[in-house]
Amino acid sequence: MHSLAVKLILQRIAISLLTLLFVSVAVFLITGLLPSDLAEDLLGQAVTPEAAAALRETLGLDGSPLQRYVSWMTGFLQGDLGMSLVSQRPIADLIRERLPNSVTLAAITMALTIPFALSLGILAAVYRGSWFDRAASAMAVLLISIPEFVIATVTVIIFAVWLRWLPALSFSPDADSIWEVLRAYAMPVGVLVLSSCSQMIRLSRAAVIDTLKTSYIENATLKGARRWRLVFRHALPNAVAPIVNSIALSMSSLLGGVIIIETIFNYPGLAKLMVDAVTSRDMPLIQTCAMLFTGFYLILITAADIIAILSNPRLTDR
Amino acid sequence: MTALAFFHRRGWIVSPLTAACFAVILFWGTVALLAPWLIRYPIGEIVDYDYFSPVSSLNWLGSDYMGRDMYSRILMGARLTIGISLAGTVLAGVVGVAFGMIAGTIGGLFDQVLSRCIDAFVGIPNLLLALVIVAAGGSSIPVLILSVAVIFAPSCYRFSRSMAVNVGAMDFVVAARARGEGIVYLIRSEVLPNIIGPVLADMGLTFVKIVLLLSGLSFLGLGVQPPAADWGGLVRENMIGLSYGAAAVVFPCIAIASLTLAINMLIDNLPRRIRDRSPQ
Repeated sequence: MHSLAVKLILQRIAISLLTLLFVSVAVFLITGLLPSDLAEDLLGQAVTPEAAAALRETLGLDGSPLQRYVSWMTGFLQGDLGMSLVSQRPIADLIRERLPNSVTLAAITMALTIPFALSLGILAAVYRGSWFDRAASAMAVLLISIPEFVIATVTVIIFAVWLRWLPALSFSPDADSIWEVLRAYAMPVGVLVLSSCSQMIRLSRAAVIDTLKTSYIENATLKGARRWRLVFRHALPNAVAPIVNSIALSMSSLLGGVIIIETIFNYPGLAKLMVDAVTSRDMPLIQTCAMLFTGFYLILITAADIIAILSNPRLTDR
Repeated sequence: MTALAFFHRRGWIVSPLTAACFAVILFWGTVALLAPWLIRYPIGEIVDYDYFSPVSSLNWLGSDYMGRDMYSRILMGARLTIGISLAGTVLAGVVGVAFGMIAGTIGGLFDQVLSRCIDAFVGIPNLLLALVIVAAGGSSIPVLILSVAVIFAPSCYRFSRSMAVNVGAMDFVVAARARGEGIVYLIRSEVLPNIIGPVLADMGLTFVKIVLLLSGLSFLGLGVQPPAADWGGLVRENMIGLSYGAAAVVFPCIAIASLTLAINMLIDNLPRRIRDRSPQ
């Protein structure tokens, strides 16, 4: 491999690690800034100075901020996530219950969004200026402009209220048949696909249009290559990097979407757990969720960046 | 269509679509400014004994889950949504663009360090960061303004920095540097006038992102707190009416969508020389 590619990849990983460190410090500082004393809050009426001090010690709230940060981080890295303040259960258990649900939701969504958005984007680029292109672009602008909960609201009104095909705003994970499971997932997944596809449609369209304008495409056209051969054989391999980038970018909107959608549809996932933690100000739980989300997000976008670097022949061929 | 004629005379070609978008934005701007004089009932007053009533001459946009007038609540909500978002945009824009221009113009270690930190910061998903800040700082309006400003200043920085770097390589700036002009002169007289168009267009897009983020937060119940309600909050409080397709859910959604869509389409259709977002 080219040394430049290695250097770029290492740089990318370094930036992600820096981001994670940044987030851990920021999350720790911000959540530590709370004006109220958590131990006294928790004890409520029964507060005595001794009891508060004892609770502070068990919660790990004594000691200097630096000490607390270091002990939190080392605990985190060793898989000791601490206790949730509100439910009084180990955070690791809460996460273990919720994580598979969120991963399932995100994975199904991505598995549908990527082919859907990329085929729309590529078709729009190939038939640039046609009614199809205009319709796809208009849809992308529409979807990028409206919040996820509006998409969800409109979808519920159409499919649950008018057509009565799907249940409104309820998610029952213990469905009996495949049909029931499909019905349960249809709305959350559908809304997430719609809310995270717009960026990908726009960027993949732009990427393919850019490569179709290059002189080697012109040359291939002059040599009489068919339109689809031109696209699949000549244009797409060179558009891989920006397309992978567009997928990475849409991860961000997917994550925002997951937070909103899990809340709307009452889906028992990690994002719902975090929103509830924010509502009840369960700081240790918020810290863990924020770290987990950022970690996942960074792994995905870093992977996308590395694929983009590796797919660039100028960086990998000798 | 006197506005159209005005633009045509100046040689600007304005499509009907652009004019329509502009009209929608102007409409919401005016509504936000004049809301206290336009509302028909005080927003907290229960005016209808029926809840989730449909559109009527009594309640122009129906009534909410408590029988309050939606028309008045949406108008006052416009003030909150647009006001907070605008304040956040201006704050993020001023700070981000100022540092971006300085870094892009002087370069060197300052630029290197700041840009790497910003790269790391941009890696944090927006809504996640907003949740953490709100969890700690509460959901008061100043905290909301500050948090959206903190979240979006880095992207303003990145955009204006890349534009400033491009302008900085042009002959007239190189010449000004060679004359020995100071950094303040360079930024104010050479860089800023040449990047202001794209930067303003970018801030328009940032405004939309802030409106979306803020409504999302309010929708989660973590933004503007009751009894006040911005548009996201209005959708949230009336969510139980969704299963009847209540007007009280539909109209705030239309309000948000019309504003954000109008701004995005307006900026998409700006003349190329203003809009050009890909720094050459």
